[in-house]
Amino acid sequence: MPRIRPTRTEAIVLRQRSLGEADRICVLFSPTRGRIEAVAKGVRKPLSKMSGHVEPLSRGQFGLAPGRSLDIITDAQTLDSWPELHDDVVRMTEALALSELVDRSTDIDVAAGPLYQLLRHSFDALAVTPSPKAIRWWFTLRFLDQQGYRPELSACVRCRSEVGPEGNGYAAGEGGVVCQRCYESGIGQRLSSPVFRLLRYMRRSSCEATAQVRVDADASAELERHLRSSLEQTLDSRLRSRSFAEDLARAETIGRSAALAATAKEREE
Amino acid sequence: MQRSAATAPTIARLIDAFHRLPGIGPKSAQRLAYHVLRAPRSEAEALAEALLDVKDSTRLCGLCQNITDADPCAICMDPQRSDATICVVEEPLDVAAIERAGVHRGRYHVLHGAISPMDGVGPEDLKVRELLGRLGDTSVEEIILAMNPNLEGEATAAYLSRVIGAMGVRITRIAHGLPVGADVEYADERTLRAAMTHRVEIDRQAGAD
Ligand SMILES: [Zn+2]
Ligand SMILES: [Zn+2]
Repeated sequence: MPRIRPTRTEAIVLRQRSLGEADRICVLFSPTRGRIEAVAKGVRKPLSKMSGHVEPLSRGQFGLAPGRSLDIITDAQTLDSWPELHDDVVRMTEALALSELVDRSTDIDVAAGPLYQLLRHSFDALAVTPSPKAIRWWFTLRFLDQQGYRPELSACVRCRSEVGPEGNGYAAGEGGVVCQRCYESGIGQRLSSPVFRLLRYMRRSSCEATAQVRVDADASAELERHLRSSLEQTLDSRLRSRSFAEDLARAETIGRSAALAATAKEREE
Repeated sequence: MQRSAATAPTIARLIDAFHRLPGIGPKSAQRLAYHVLRAPRSEAEALAEALLDVKDSTRLCGLCQNITDADPCAICMDPQRSDATICVVEEPLDVAAIERAGVHRGRYHVLHGAISPMDGVGPEDLKVRELLGRLGDTSVEEIILAMNPNLEGEATAAYLSRVIGAMGVRITRIAHGLPVGADVEYADERTLRAAMTHRVEIDRQAGAD
């Protein structure tokens, strides 16, 4: 049987899962080949030369040889390891949310150059931004565009009239903003004017400029709701990785109440 | 799995069963099946008994959640061990590895997994509540997090350090860096960074001995 030479591709590692005793299946995202599932052999053993090079949230150059069902990674060389995305759990959570969107929206062996560049650029920005959440919002708007669900932000998606600065609504299912009159007739969710301005600002601004915006908790929660419902339109299901952000936000409260319960129990005894 | 029509169905069934075990390929499964076939009946009986026994008489230790046949387990009951430190690990096999090395004289806690945001595995799927329950005990002074140095391990360690930190218990995490026997040349950037950050002063006194 002739030996097939490995092909080389650049890719971002989206995720991994264990396979057998020492191997992992890596989900790679390549600009030319889209989503690739490939086996990294022996990477769970401490002396594997490959293990640190196939970690999720990193970008590298990979050699791939066709295996029986999946490709086999023959070698891996890291190009970007984005240590900030691994060392800071808030950045990690946001980066995983982007990975999940890409993982769930890309197909095997379909070129995805623009989405690849968007993801890479967003990871670069996430590593240094003072506002990781804003980078995810910025990414989400562009991701929706690329998926063919560009949210309409200037004309009412119902009656086509120009929308004013206030009193509008957001109707994810219909593709964007609705005017005051349509909103008051019961269409869409309330779109406050700060959030509307922020959406329009992010649409026209660079990732770096978006990273500088300051948003209060109410506006942030409202924006999350609108973007999430738009994403759920395109992926038609609930997103998983956001729930880790919620777990993390609850962690300190859980710890404090566990400590309180323990002292209460001690007093009883 | 491929097999010839000449294989008797009972043997095929045994081959299939072995093949389902982790790390056993079709060739090894076949070898094992024929080994059992040729072995004396007593050996097959011992194997079958051991398999059923492990299912029937093991459970989780009520304290550390490790797999045990006595509750609390031998490690939790050992009076020679210190109650001041609890080493938190992902899997029972991690306890076995640390015990083999003999590097920890405190207690353990087994989470039975790690937080994996992308697979939808959250803290409520792990033995976290059981761990918090043990921390009410005032003799616990330090929690050592011994998660794997990968993304799931990092997410788990970050979560636990927030919860436990809020309880006011000291938390440490095992160092990561270059494994013994590895080449610096082949190390990835993050491993090298960790190894540099956690570098230690060489004790000259010790060198002179
Ligand atoms: Zn309208
Ligand atoms: Zn125990």
